[in-house]
This record gives sequence, structure tokens and C-alpha cells, in this order.
Amino acid sequence: MTQEAMQKPELVCPAGTPAGLRTAVDAGADAVYCGFQGPTNARNFPGLNFTVAEMEGAVAYAQERDAKVLTAINSFPTAGRTQIWKDAIDEAVRIGVDAIIIADLGMADYLHRTHPEQRIHLSVQAGASSAEAINYYCREFDVKRVVLPRILTVSEIKKIHDQIPCEIETFVFGNIGMMAEGRCSLTNYVTGLSTNMDGVCSPASDVHYEEDENQNLQSKLGDFVIDCVAKGENAGYPTICKGRYNSDSKKSYYAFEEPISLNLTGLLPELMRAGVTALKIEGRQRSRAYVKAVVSAYRQAVDAYMDGRDPDMDNLLALTEGHKQTQGAFETKKWR
Amino acid sequence: MTGEVTLGPVLFNWPVDMWRDFYFQIADEAEIERVYIGEVVCSKRTPLFEKHIDEVITRLERGGKRPVFSTLAEVSNALDRLQVKRMTAKGEAAIEANDVSALWHLEERPHDIGPYMNVYNEESLRFFASKGAQNICLPPEMPASGIAALGQVAKDVDVALEVQVYGRIPLALSARCYHARAHGLTKDSCKFICDRDDDGMVLHTLEEEPFLVVNGIQTMSYRCLNLVNELEELSGFGVNRFRVSPHAAGTLSVLETFQAVLDQKTSLDEANSRLEECGLKVPFSNGFYHQKPGIEWRV
Repeated sequence: MTQEAMQKPELVCPAGTPAGLRTAVDAGADAVYCGFQGPTNARNFPGLNFTVAEMEGAVAYAQERDAKVLTAINSFPTAGRTQIWKDAIDEAVRIGVDAIIIADLGMADYLHRTHPEQRIHLSVQAGASSAEAINYYCREFDVKRVVLPRILTVSEIKKIHDQIPCEIETFVFGNIGMMAEGRCSLTNYVTGLSTNMDGVCSPASDVHYEEDENQNLQSKLGDFVIDCVAKGENAGYPTICKGRYNSDSKKSYYAFEEPISLNLTGLLPELMRAGVTALKIEGRQRSRAYVKAVVSAYRQAVDAYMDGRDPDMDNLLALTEGHKQTQGAFETKKWR
Repeated sequence: MTGEVTLGPVLFNWPVDMWRDFYFQIADEAEIERVYIGEVVCSKRTPLFEKHIDEVITRLERGGKRPVFSTLAEVSNALDRLQVKRMTAKGEAAIEANDVSALWHLEERPHDIGPYMNVYNEESLRFFASKGAQNICLPPEMPASGIAALGQVAKDVDVALEVQVYGRIPLALSARCYHARAHGLTKDSCKFICDRDDDGMVLHTLEEEPFLVVNGIQTMSYRCLNLVNELEELSGFGVNRFRVSPHAAGTLSVLETFQAVLDQKTSLDEANSRLEECGLKVPFSNGFYHQKPGIEWRV
């Protein structure tokens, strides 16, 4: 059997602000993804995201430089307020974004019926983790690309690639959420704000840090202690799925996952051979310096692999959460 | 009050005899019609109770019940996919789809939509109805305002609405098994360790406050959802079915209590007292319904 040829993938980079978008494009992004302000996308943070005018400017800036803009409208509207999402869809189409990233089935249906020419990408928030699920979205809504959940090994991705008609985008670097995307109500359980309905995960307004009597630093989400670190130790941002808990069999352990970042640098050639069309970097909430460093490093890495060289990626470790990195589910089933 | 009480699928890995005897008791004693059955959480568990499926279905049907097969909520590996394909291939059986892959196999045959399917709005509901959905169970985090808005649409397109009213709340799914992780194992090498905890494995915060419950790849609330006080309002919104999620003890009494409230044969105070005495001996919650943190309890 001959080895599959390596295809040059599109590098898809995060943009939380217009300045961040320009940074990503200038650093070598083939495409940037971003969202409108408000609850219509899964990174609804204060100070983040684009007004309609800013989105227009972003598209102009990116397209002049041969980069694409992918607009995420990937939260789930609650009944009674779908008009906000429909307006966002209509604006994105009018502005001429290259693709709309969608998760909610009702909004996919609206988008496909109302704007049949618009290119649709299926968000990771849709949680389509099998060939059958992906094929369903392709058949019903003519989805052109699926962003795969971060739960599959490279060999499973390869198998899916061979069984679906659309392109594949996978995350390669950044935060690694432990719960299946679009299936997590943990934040809402504690804060009253929903990841699916409001686009909010572990909102900063509900995060508190308190020092206990031994000067340990407690991180709390709402009323609940999520973690506790010794003085001077590196504390991760408190999300429920990266917290420490006690069970009957284990004390003070990371029941789900420790604060850690996904870094698939070492698997890039395999992903490129598996037929992955686009490599996605997480982090719309990150600083411009971070985006510049990660995008530049991945730009060099992809280009080096295409030229048959091994890139130097050691500098990326400094940008991972708690300076810890993992290949997550992608390398081996033992991660599960 | 109009509406019927239903029994959701057993979500935990119970010893197989306990699983079978639970359904026998439901078949013989419960005054309900709809009984959901099948493994929703982990495909590795299915072979454990599969040998008893036929006799349980027969017994349920003889007891006047209508069994509905609930499909897996997270479908990715070969075994998951095979199970969904096999379950949906049963031509005559009623199916509740919990993942889009089930819809692919169902090919628009009449079916139900389960609570893991993210039906949050009118467009989703209309879409599913147009593809053969007859009953839609809403996600547990839906607030009252959303349920009310969907009630009207459901009536228009002739789809029944269902809402979970009792039991631990499914909050998240993962590819990783947290039961296995707690015991130094992985999902593939799990030794079915989740069978140690009939109502899930409790996670306490570092301050020893009981917080969440691990059920294999699923994370659930520690507290027990109880929407008995909201039953009348839900019925008024047009919700037709009220789902009790089973636990190791007291499920029959819980079913009877909700039925008694529907039939207006008991007061809410009495009903709440009975619910406190039977079933899970943990605090109640109803926050999601009131658009507050889901963990909260509001009276």
C-alpha cells in the first residue's frame, strides 16, 4: 500500500477582535474565524467579538490578503429569541463572509433554506462524531465542512474522511474542553448562564479567588470551590472540567482533566495525510501576542512539512496552559 | 391536569439482575404506559443486559406498557455505531433518537427525539417534526420561557412535548470515562467499574460539599431535579409528558406521586414530603426551569 500524499491544509486561526484578526492574517492565517457580539456564538465574552461594521471591515481586510473569514454563529437560540440569530445569519451573508459556522439544527435549516448559496461549516458544537451524523448534516443542509469534536484518534479521523462527502477541520492547538461540545450544561448548573444558549463557559463574572488561612489560593466558580493551589503555584483558569475534587476512592484529584493544552504539533504530518483540510487553532479570547506567536509557529510548521523538513516547535510549550501539553484523544485510545 | 408520567431509561450500570427485576416490577406494578429502555450512556454496557431484553419487553407489553428504545447519546466508535444501527433497524420498535446518527438510520420513519438532541427553539422543533418526530423530550436546562414558547409550536405541528421532572440531571458527556479514571483505569480497560455506584459516583468539592455525580462518560447533578411544584404550569404550557428518571430506590413511589399530583389526588406539600422520603435522599433542585443556576431550589 502506498502512503497517502500530504495535502497542504488551510490554517484556521482565532480572532476575538478586529485587531486580533489583522494580527492573525499578517502572521500567515489562511482563514480566520470570529463571531458577532452577543449570545450568537460560543465565545460570548465581554470585550470580545465584532459589530456588524467591524465584521465588514474584517472581511475586506482578510479577503484583500487572500485570507478567508469564517463567522461562527454556533450557539443554540432559545425559543422566543431566535430572531437575534437569524439577523446575525442574514448580516453575515450580506457582508459576504466565506462561510458560516453553525451548530443548531434549526438555524442550519434556516440558513440553508434562506440562503442556499451560502457555504456552511458544521461547528464543533454540533458534536457530529460519526460518519452517519456528518452525512445527515451534509444531506439535509449541504454542509461543506465539519469541525470534528476533539474526541477522535487520527486513525478514526482517517476512517471518517473516507466515508463523508465534506471537508474535515480539526483542532490542533489550544484549550481542550473535556466535555463533548454542545452537550455540556455544567456552567449553567452553577452560574445560571448556559454554554449552549448564551455562549458562555465559566464566565469571569462568576470566578472568584480567595486565600484560605494557610495562604492557599482557592478558585471558585459561583459558590463552589473548583480548585485550590499552594502559594506561588500556577493556578489554571477555573472551569469545572479542569477542577480538583474528592471521590470515595481519590482525594483532591483532577476528576476530569488537569489544566492542560492541546498541542498536536507532533501529529501534524499524520493529520495532513489523513485528509484533514483545515487545522484549527483555539483561542479567540487570547491576546494578540499569543495569536501572533502560535499562528506564526504553525505557519512555519505546515510549510516546513510540505517542503519535507522538520519544523522547530519547542517554543510553543511556553504558550500552553500551566506549561503542560497533551495530544488528547488524537494519539491513542488510552486517553479515554 | 392533563398529561402522563413516563419512565426514562435507566442511566446507570446496575447489576443485571437488578436491572431485569426493576423492569419486571415496573411492568407488573407501575400505572404508566411509556417506558424508555436501552443503554444511553456507554455502549460497553449493552451486552451486560442484552440477554434479558426480550423477556423484559414481553413482560412490559403484557403489563400494558409501551416500550420505547432510547439510543446512545454519544456515538463515535465502531461499537457505538453498530448499536445505533441495530437498534434503529428494528422495524416495528418505537425509537427515541439521542444522536443525529440515529436519524440517519431512521430515514424519516416515525420516531421520538430524546433529551440529548438539543431542541432549544421553534425552528429545530419544526424541522424534527417535518422528519417524522412524534414526541420531543426537551434538554433539561430549558427555562420556563423557552418551554412555553415551544408548547404552542408543538401543538401547531402535532408533536408531543416531554420534560424531565425528577431524578439526577444529565449535565455533560465526554469521550473519557471518569469512573475508570477515578480508579486508575481507562475506558477500554474499565473492568465495568461503574457498576459499583447504583446512582453514580459522588464528587465532592475540596470543602467536602457534595457537588456532581459521575456515571461513566456522563456527568450528572448531585442534587435531584424535582419539578412537582411546576407540573401545573408545564401542563398549561402544553407539555404532554413528564419524565421520571429512575434511581436505585423508590422509583415506583416517585411515579405514583407525580401521577397523584396530575390527578389532583394529593396536595403539593404531601407530594413533596413523599418525594423526600422515597428515592434519592439528597436535596432537590429546580433552578434551570426558573432560569437560575440549575443547582438551586426555589419554592
